[in-house]
Order: sequence, then structure tokens, then C-alpha cells
Amino acid sequence: MIINRRHLILSGLSGAGIALAPRIAFAAAETDRRFIFIIQRGAADGLTILAPTGDPAFASARGEIAASASGGSKLNDLFTLHPQLTASARLFGQKQAAFYHAIASGYRERSHFDGQNMLETAGIRPYGRDDGWMNRLLTLIPKGESKALAMANAIPPALRGPISVGSYAPSRLPDADSALMERVAMLYAEDPQLAPLWQSATQTEAMAGDIDPGNGRGGVAAGKLVASLMAGADGARVAMVETTGWDTHFNQEGRLGAVLKGVDEMIDTLRTEMGPAWAKTLILVATEFGRTVHVNGTRGTDHGTASAAMLFGGGLANGGKIIADWPGLAASQLYEGRDLKPTKRFEAMVIAALSSHYGIDPEKLRRTVFPDFPDMN
Amino acid sequence: MAVETAIAMNRFGLGALPDAAPLANPRRWLIDQMAKFDPRPAPIAALPPRSELIAAIKDLRSEKRERKAAKEDGADSTEQQSNSYRKAVRDQYVAAVDARLAVALGSRQDFAERLVHFWANHFAISIDKIVTVGLAGNFEFDAIRPHIFGRFADLLKAASWHPAMLLYLDQAQSIGPNSMLAQRIGARRNREIGLNENLAREILELHTLGDRTAYSQADVTEFARAMTGLTVGGLGERRLQRVLGTDTKPGEGIFVDALHEPGKRTIVGRSYAQNGAKALDSILSDLAIHPATARHIATKLVRHFVADDPPSSLVRKLEADFLRTGGDLASLYRILIEAPESWANTGTKFKTPWEWTVSALRALGVESMPGREQAAVALFNQMGQPIWKPGSPKGYGDIAADWAGPAGLMRRVETAGRFAKLSANRVDARKLALTILPGALSPMTAEHIARAESPEQGLALLLVSPEFLRR
Repeated sequence: MIINRRHLILSGLSGAGIALAPRIAFAAAETDRRFIFIIQRGAADGLTILAPTGDPAFASARGEIAASASGGSKLNDLFTLHPQLTASARLFGQKQAAFYHAIASGYRERSHFDGQNMLETAGIRPYGRDDGWMNRLLTLIPKGESKALAMANAIPPALRGPISVGSYAPSRLPDADSALMERVAMLYAEDPQLAPLWQSATQTEAMAGDIDPGNGRGGVAAGKLVASLMAGADGARVAMVETTGWDTHFNQEGRLGAVLKGVDEMIDTLRTEMGPAWAKTLILVATEFGRTVHVNGTRGTDHGTASAAMLFGGGLANGGKIIADWPGLAASQLYEGRDLKPTKRFEAMVIAALSSHYGIDPEKLRRTVFPDFPDMN
Repeated sequence: MAVETAIAMNRFGLGALPDAAPLANPRRWLIDQMAKFDPRPAPIAALPPRSELIAAIKDLRSEKRERKAAKEDGADSTEQQSNSYRKAVRDQYVAAVDARLAVALGSRQDFAERLVHFWANHFAISIDKIVTVGLAGNFEFDAIRPHIFGRFADLLKAASWHPAMLLYLDQAQSIGPNSMLAQRIGARRNREIGLNENLAREILELHTLGDRTAYSQADVTEFARAMTGLTVGGLGERRLQRVLGTDTKPGEGIFVDALHEPGKRTIVGRSYAQNGAKALDSILSDLAIHPATARHIATKLVRHFVADDPPSSLVRKLEADFLRTGGDLASLYRILIEAPESWANTGTKFKTPWEWTVSALRALGVESMPGREQAAVALFNQMGQPIWKPGSPKGYGDIAADWAGPAGLMRRVETAGRFAKLSANRVDARKLALTILPGALSPMTAEHIARAESPEQGLALLLVSPEFLRR
């Protein structure tokens, strides 16, 4: 992936290169706290990200892909972090990272699309809600002067909802001339759908005019781009970054290594580029569900259930901890005989992390952000 | 009614051409296209055959093996080779995108062309997997185009057997754990080989029954077992190919008994006693006419042609017809064309970037993208809908929420400005608006166009008008 100024070339001819094609959606709100959700679309393999190398069943259950943990950072007797996650390991040592394992949303089937929808809307069933939990979070944050900022062609489900959220996709097309832009505003004046879209688009264009996301590659460029739009005093406060490349049915070791490296670089770049704001930044990395414990016939894994999730931030409350109620990998301990059993809930993790980050009472936050899950707090 | 001409051309078709004349019978105009449709028009017929596309993949694979060997020798000439492969498949992709666009821009059977795009997106493959880059166009041209007016079962089988699908969703490498080959290799190499359930799951979830319907995880696994044996000829180690007899049809979907998981299968409540390719054919035939499939396909078609929230009365009508005819697609289209719901309102569907761009170029009478090589590829990347790259097997979304965003709208305004520059002073936007949106142009939009400060600006305003952004 190459990012040029005002343009993202999503040529994607290399498997690893597309992993971080950043479709980024921003929302602005009046708080100096920043929150970034990096979604891993495609079911990331938690057992590779944070390998339970100390589980006696690990080596035999994972077979030929167990070796992908070798060279990684051993965080405690049970868990080894993937060798590509070097910055993450360092942040863990500095108590600026916390990892959750055997965690899942309320979704228990194995469709990517339903799973992502539940992860993003936090409804009790797929497509049961039209609004996403990040949009509901915005209702708890004081309204800022800056309106929503746009960084993708459309808004992902987690950010959809009544609060206006911008999206921005950098472009290398020549700018439309200002006379045409004014006429378009008049043309849309009485269209209830197009008028607000256009207002948001023109505001964003004005804000983004001075942004130089740099021209690095992969995670570094994505991190710079996001930081450039969030670090400043008038920048966005809430953002969502979409990553893909996690659906590793086939030869997963190399592919996962490449996408993990991208995420690690993005987080490391955010840490440096956010500047003083890093101390007030919370990053959540999570996926819709995990993958099978056993390797399939093509050195990959198929759709599973529980996975791992990660939190990063300069002021993380539970930094340096691994939060897991480890269910074990022996055959009798698996969910439906094939998957890592979920023992922690995604919704509960998010409630705890956000209430601590924003200093909002957990039950108040739950009622608004996760109203469909009364037992999550 | 003039507005029915606008609906026929813009909602059912790919967008009115500048020489469009009012249609005496818009329904007839649509139905007649079914007979006139050319599954293999000149721009597509001129593309290289599948065997050539597959040859490039074979080169890549043997290159990879050489690279491994070279690494061990310490040599390093392989980066370059890999780049030459990337260029070869990229060129194939660019040529296929150009052909798709040329057909869409020039076609007078553009209702049929819209159906091609609809079905290619239903059976979506995505070029973010490198083996599919060169094959993506061929998938649409060979597996989809010939079957859009036939039975759904034939379309399903053609899509499921095409090498692009088999490679995209990993079926080509799925092997029965108790198959003849697995037993022989497993014993010799002490390595487990076996199932990959990716394609089986997506056929059930996306192509036939639909998600959260009549199947379970057990059905997915059973179906994956039943599908073992289905692979692509001409790939893999040459010696193994000779042993298996897979070297005979390079680049074709083939069924290899030695890879097939033996045994009786039970899938979605039905038992299949016979083995191998015949059983697979029966399973696909049964899935293709399952009531859940009927509802799934009916819903998607009505959503595409009528409204984001498809009226259930019409969905039920299509569903019943699907079950009655055993999935006769032409019959479904006829019901859609005859349905009053299809003609009730204008502008119920927000155009996708592909639809908007194609309709804009058609309105201007442009028959190929002007500019440098890869202009078409770059344009659709920029618009946010790269061709054959939805990023997942679910395909691109088909409702306004998927496309009506601030940035997407800005891209359209920028692009309209650019298109208008290209053809401005040859086209009178006021006249063109009446030709391409007969009976559908609001007085307000007409006035904004008429008051534009230049012909160029008027044309740009027409292309981004609320009426033109929707169909």
C-alpha cells in the first residue's frame, strides 16, 4: 500500500499490501481524549497473535503452524506474543498495552459479515440494530465545535447512527472548482439526503487541505495519516481504521506475519506521531471472531469462535496485563470440539476500557453504548 | 408516459444514451433485450483465453519453487521475476476492466449488461488475492455472462467450477482427509493434509441459501467434504499432476477422484449416497432450488431493481415463481419488468460508483475512457469501487448506506467537473437533461442547469443532480 498526498492507491496486488488499506472514518468531539478502533475484518487468529505456548495441548493442537510463535516475546508462563509484534511487546513492558484472550462478542455462528455486524452494532442479533456502538459513545462526549470529519467513502456500521459522523477518503482528482461547488450546494438544498452529505463533504475538504499523510508504506503511512488528523487540538477525537487480510484459510503463517507487522507499525507510528496526545489516547484492536484451533488441510485455519483483543495507550489503566480466563486447548476444552472457548466478552472489555478512559461511570456507559447487554458490567 | 422511458433506461438499463428516443413500450424494450443479448461481444472475444491466464499463474508457482531453491543457493534474482509475474497479471486485469467498460458504454442491451454485473457481484471474487487478479475478468465473461438468462443452478455450477472461484475461496487446495491421495502422502511425509471449508461455507451463506437460514456448521463441514476433488487442472507439482491426471485440462475446474473424501454425505437434511462429482452435482442442484435460495435470490433482485427495502409482496411473487419454475432466471426478470412496483417511483436507488460513472459516460456518448493506459482502472479505484475488488466474497453492497457518503459525493462532483471539461462545448446540458431524464427532471434541477455560468458547469450539474445520482 502506498499513500500519496490526497490519494490512497489501493492497487492491492500483493497479499500483504492490502492489509491496511485504511478506510478511516472520523468523528470529532470536544474532549482531549482520543479513541481509535482498529477493526481486523476477516477473523484474526488470536492463537497466533498471542500464542498460548504454555498450554500443554498447544503444540499438538496447532501442529505445523505452532512454530509461528518461535522468536516471539514470552510475556508470562502461558503466552508468547507474535515475533512481528515487537513494538507491541515493548509497549506491554512499559505498561502501555494490555491483551485479552479467549474473548468474543455475543455472536456464536461463523459468518464474517454477521459477526462483524454484531461486533460493530453490539446488537443481540446480526442486523438487529441500525446504529453502531461507537456512534452511541459519541452521545456521551460533549459536542465539539468541529463537525464530523470524513475519511472513507462510506461510514462503517460501528460509526453509523444519529450523531453525524464524517468520512474522508483522500483523492488525487483535481479539486472541483469553487464555483461548481457553490452551485452544487444550491442544487442539493432541498434534498434531505444529499444536503447534509454535501455540507459534511465540503467542510472536510477544507480541513484536509493541509494534511500531508507522507508517502511511507503500510502501517507507518496509515499511522501517520490517522495521527495527522487526530493529534492537533482541533483534530478528530474518535476514529475507526479498517484492516483486512486476516481471513487466513491458506498458508497462514506468512500472511498473518505481514498483516501483524503492519498493525504493529501503525501502533508504533501513532505512539510517536500523536505527540503529547498519546498520553490521552486509547487504541482498541479487535476482530469479529477467531479461527479453528486445529490447522486445516491447507496450512491455514477456518472460522472459529474466541480470539484475542488488544488495548494500547499512553495512560492505559491495566497496562502490562494479560486478561484471560484460559479455557485450555485440550480436545474436551474446545467450543463445539473445534474452537477456542470464549470466556471473556468483548462488550465487557470495551465498557471497562472506555469508562476508565473517559472517566464515565461504567453502568452509565453501558446503558448508552451497549444497551442490549444488561449483564455486561 | 415519458417517465417510464427514464425508468427503463436508467433503473433497468445502464443509463440513457444521448440519442435516446421516447419508448413506445418500455416493458417490451426490456424484454426484447433478453433475446438480443450477446454473451461474447467483440471487446471480450478479443481477450486472451483462459489457458493463457493460467499459464501466468503456473509461472508464478514454479517461480516460487525456484525462489526457495535460489534462497538456499544464496542467489537473489527472484524479486525481479516476481515483479514480472505481477506485471503480467496486472496487464490481464487492466485489459479485462477496459473490455468490461467498453461493453457497458457501447451496449444497447444494457439491461442484460446490468444483470451481468448483478450476478458477478452475487458470486463475487475479489482481486486482493493475487491468483485471482488475472482471472477476475474471465470469471465474469466465461462463468456469468453465458448463464444470466438460464437456470440459477447452471449459473451456480458455472461459478463454482470456475478456476477463479476455486482459487479465490481455497477450494483448489482442499483435500479429503481420507482420500486416496491424503492417505498416500500422509503416510510418506508425515504431514496432515485435508479440508478447507471456505468455498463450501460461502456457497451456502452467500450464493444459495443465505446467511442465518437452513444450514448449520455440520452442513458446512459435510458440504466441504462433498466438494473435495473439485480443483483446478494444471497446477501443482508436475509429477503429482501426472499421477493424478490433473495435467490434462490446465486452467479448467476439474474433479479428481483421488482427492475426494469417500462416504455418504448428509447436507441440509438430504442424504447423498453416491460419490464424487455426481453427488456434488446433485447437491448443487438441490441447493439451487431450495426455498431459502428462492427467497434469498428474490430479495436481492427486488432490492437491486426496486428499493433498498424490498417490498415483500413483490419478493414473495418472485420467490413463488422461482420455486415453480425451478429457478428460471428469465421468468424472474419478466415478473420484475411487469411489476407495478418497478415503475411506481423514480430515483429510489442511489447509484453505486460503477453505476454512476457508467451512466455519466453513456450520457455523454463516451465509448471508451479517454486518457492514459489504466485510465478505467484508476478511475474506479478513485471512485471507491475498484472493479472486481469488493474485498470479500460478499461482494459490493447494494443500498444507499453503502455508497452515499460525504467523500463519495465529493468524488462524483470532482469527476463530473472533469467529464464536463472533456465534452462541454459540444453538449447542451439543458437538452441532454430532457433526453436522458424524460419526465424525471425536476423543474428546480432544470433551472439550476439553465442558470449555470457555462455549458461546462451546466453539464457537471446535470451529472451530479439528485435525479442523476439515483435511478
